[in-house]
Amino acid sequence: MIGLIDYGAGNIGNVGRALKRLGRESVVLDSPDDPCSGVLEALFLPGVGSFPSAMASLVSRGWSSFISEWVRMDRPLVGICLGMQILCEGSTEGGRSEGLGVFQGIVDKLSGTRKLPHVGWNILEWVVPFPGDMEPTPGLDCFYFVHSYGIPPARDTVATTTVDNACFTSVAKRGRTIGFQFHPERSGFRGLRLLSHTMEELGV
Amino acid sequence: MLTRRIIPCLDVKDGRVVKGIRFRELRDAGDPATMAAEYMSEGADELVFLDIGASLGSRSTMLEWVSSVADMLFIPFTVGGGIVDESQARRIISLGADKVSLNTAAVRDPDLIRRCSSLLGSQAVVLAVDALRTGRGHWEVMVRAGTEPAGIDLLSWVRKACSLGCGEILLTSIDSDGTLEGYDTECIEAVAASVPVPVIASGGAGRNEHFLEAFRSGADAALAASVFHFGTVRICELKAELSSRGIPMRIEAGGAMNGL
Repeated sequence: MIGLIDYGAGNIGNVGRALKRLGRESVVLDSPDDPCSGVLEALFLPGVGSFPSAMASLVSRGWSSFISEWVRMDRPLVGICLGMQILCEGSTEGGRSEGLGVFQGIVDKLSGTRKLPHVGWNILEWVVPFPGDMEPTPGLDCFYFVHSYGIPPARDTVATTTVDNACFTSVAKRGRTIGFQFHPERSGFRGLRLLSHTMEELGV
Repeated sequence: MLTRRIIPCLDVKDGRVVKGIRFRELRDAGDPATMAAEYMSEGADELVFLDIGASLGSRSTMLEWVSSVADMLFIPFTVGGGIVDESQARRIISLGADKVSLNTAAVRDPDLIRRCSSLLGSQAVVLAVDALRTGRGHWEVMVRAGTEPAGIDLLSWVRKACSLGCGEILLTSIDSDGTLEGYDTECIEAVAASVPVPVIASGGAGRNEHFLEAFRSGADAALAASVFHFGTVRICELKAELSSRGIPMRIEAGGAMNGL
């Protein structure tokens, strides 16, 4: 069973739908006290919205300490979009706020782009091989992005993406925590395949 | 490198996709979720559903199709048509849509854009605007499915909508719509130069060349309905041609369904 953390930051139903398509059962968790929290193989931290309010909501619902302990035990965790950003050391969005500190780096507003938000399909440049997901593709290897803030390339960067003059971390990995700045659940069959490889990589 | 998007538009009435020419001679074309999955397989980057019965506003029980589409579709989709308040918008997003599009109601109540974007995020709010040319370099906003002049200037309206928080502009040229003779490229250029958000060009696509013209005029995405529904333009062929002519396109690997 995969747990989808619901902390009031955006629609998480589509992550569950994508996992279902891959034959994976998931459950939406409002609180770490949910009885299902004890039997999870992996956690997903989705999210759309602003960093400070998302972080405040995670703290007030008791999720921040649960996630930190989960990571300390090196259990599988996937952060998507804002969920990935929350796993960084902090963010400059709306002032300076602390993150959960799994990934190295401070989330900052993208600079050097012609338009913001960065919306649409963009490519990944793999910096570190991602097992099972490196097969050559005949066209552009694209994923769906929607965001205005990003993580500068740093220690945990696995893939980067460039838009105009901005280059940011699009995939990060630290231990058994993986983060995607884009939405694999909205990135067509390619996104579903990446999710499937991610579960294999995490041993779920 | 951000690719440009190809967006088929589907008209929905009473929970079914309908095909017609300029809202006339509507024929039942099928189930929204099944058709959505077909377009995804053909390489569509995103879909737009317009409820032309405007049942989104009046009959919330007619929205089950949105959830069925979300079950089948793993690319973003927008739902519009008759949304008049932020609670309807939120309901559509909660059913699985990625974005809502606002049109006539936003003209009457511009603060609706701000309320929706603060509730759902700018990325979820598309301003759909129907433009009628009134002279060289001038367009007027039309409402009620493009039938009634709103009495406001296109460029000032799209700028205002962006300042209120809309995340994308879906720009339909009433003059070009249904002609199959090409997008209004001058209108696309004018809007793209006026707003800081992506512009989706709509109205007039008849063949591959027209999409190329829209992108060269500054469109971030190009939307079409009839050419895709009637098979005059095949999405995978269109994307291959645009790609070969220098427009960055997402081309998904063949056999991508393997193992899924």
